[in-house]
Amino acid sequence: MLKFLLKRLALLIPTFIGVTLVAFFFIRILPGDPVQVLAGERGVSPERHAEVMRQLGFDLPLWQQYFNYLTDIFRGDFGTSFASKRPVLYEFFSRFPATVELSLCAIFLATLLGVPAGILAAVNRGKWIDQATMGTALVGYSMPIFWWGLLLIIFFSGYLHWTPVSGRIALNYFFKPVTGFMLIDSLLSGQKGAFTSALHYLILPTVVLATIPLAVIARQTRSAMLEVLGEDYVRTARAKGLPSRRVVALHALRNALIPVVTTIGLQVGVLMAGAILTETVFSWPGIGKWMIESVNKRDYFVVQSGLLLIALIIMTVNLIVDVLYAIINPRIRHQ
Amino acid sequence: MTDTTTTPVTAPPVQPRLAGLREVWYYFSHSRGAVIGLAVFVALVIVALLAPWIAPHDPIFQYRDKFLTPPVWQAGGDPRFIFGTDAIGRDILSRLMHGARYSLLIGAVVVTISLVGGIILGLLAGFFRGWVDALIMRIMDIILAFPSLLLALVLVTVIGPGLFNAMLAIALVLQPHFARLTRAAVISETNREYVTSARLAGAGNLRLMFRTILPNCLAPLIVQATLSFSSAILDAAALGFLGLGAQPPIPEWGTMLADSREFITRAWWVITIPGIAILITVLSINLIGDGLRDALDPKLKRS
Repeated sequence: MLKFLLKRLALLIPTFIGVTLVAFFFIRILPGDPVQVLAGERGVSPERHAEVMRQLGFDLPLWQQYFNYLTDIFRGDFGTSFASKRPVLYEFFSRFPATVELSLCAIFLATLLGVPAGILAAVNRGKWIDQATMGTALVGYSMPIFWWGLLLIIFFSGYLHWTPVSGRIALNYFFKPVTGFMLIDSLLSGQKGAFTSALHYLILPTVVLATIPLAVIARQTRSAMLEVLGEDYVRTARAKGLPSRRVVALHALRNALIPVVTTIGLQVGVLMAGAILTETVFSWPGIGKWMIESVNKRDYFVVQSGLLLIALIIMTVNLIVDVLYAIINPRIRHQ
Repeated sequence: MTDTTTTPVTAPPVQPRLAGLREVWYYFSHSRGAVIGLAVFVALVIVALLAPWIAPHDPIFQYRDKFLTPPVWQAGGDPRFIFGTDAIGRDILSRLMHGARYSLLIGAVVVTISLVGGIILGLLAGFFRGWVDALIMRIMDIILAFPSLLLALVLVTVIGPGLFNAMLAIALVLQPHFARLTRAAVISETNREYVTSARLAGAGNLRLMFRTILPNCLAPLIVQATLSFSSAILDAAALGFLGLGAQPPIPEWGTMLADSREFITRAWWVITIPGIAILITVLSINLIGDGLRDALDPKLKRS
């Protein structure tokens, strides 16, 4: 196991270098040099220009700039936001919980509905229930989620007035963030109705962000189940006269769920991309909305570090998924 | 050697290939969803090709007295504008028809670029192995380490917003899937006897890669190409929605949604209708993709 872990970590090194190189060169290949980009249309005098270039270390040779960049990253210095003048890392972690909360709720919902839907479809293969479930899954998989969000707003917020349009909690609740997770903070605050309000604000964004993972999980569960249901040991179990329900629940499901767990883990990249759109539609104050705003404000140091931080998070989660997979499935370890 | 053998060698493959196509069509046509998807897709292509002639209005002409006209079936609708007009009086149906051209063009261009790039990289990696393989695949890993939409967004920030740049960015982020598939297929094929015999017969590396091995790796690539076609349309619409794809007044569907966001509560049709167009297009292509996968994958066929 340790050998597997070390091998897996060693594979991460080139990816890490590559990801930092992408972030490093992002600022440097923008049209115009960084100082001009930061100064925008106001322009900047040649002396000031040279001074800022020196301050930012852009006058050094490229390899030395990259080395300094890496050193900064390892010290936890991800640069300063041009717009807010605060450290990017601080800005990142003040928004990160909102995205994590939304993503966790979405993946929870997607798993809760997707796995049973996939099982149901597989067990009833070819019947109408299979066709209906898989048809719905394909529609979900094809969904432009930014439009789906707008549609839900039109119907549930505009027409029925059931759900709020945007934000994380009603404005009349105010408390200091402790964990950054609104559901937990609202409970901790002890204010009456705060939790319900937070939940209320969370529903539509969760549904929207869960749509594609839900479809993927349902499809994956179905095909994994079908594969397992055709295996010899399932046939043996059936031949022994075990009731069908028991065969599905005990013999098939346990083995079918292994690839499904991986699929769920790999949704984190999908969730991050989805978060950009979902957070934009619902004005959800998370990482995705922050990235879009920074792109629009040309706050390039934020875009640079946000890109890097998101990639690092995805790499970490994928590593965890791989390790978990190796724990459940010993065959992988010994390859 | 070439002169005497080319004629007999090129003639026979036509028939097996036709037979293969017929077999694929046989399985494909058995899936009702796939056939419906194909029919919708063909209809969309026809609409896109004929858009300048069949669209009732100029897609960017503004009827200044007809802002936010509802669709014809709703009170206040105008029979001249079947799906109504947008916030500055442009006919939505005409914009949708012209938008189909952009979406299908985006899909076609993106898939072509990423397919060709991915095949070349995958062939090189799988055929030569060693450091070429390691280098190419590590670069692919790096691209895949980012969420595709985020990377496309950042690339567009660097090279500037616009339809063509958006297509380039999306092609780049979709390309590693093709490279990985090609590489895996090439590795499993390279040690087969037919490749060895072609090599012994004196076939050069290029011939081995493109003529001998590649045709036998096509099935997964075709399926991936179909799925990438729909991802490309979705991603381009998302970039358009975020204001970084096609720029107004281009009637790209995602851009149309971005233009109308502020009228969401007043005029449901300006939001709903372009989204339905995206959904139907992507859905029809995914139906085709599923059908092709079932038809081309011999493992599923038998079961």
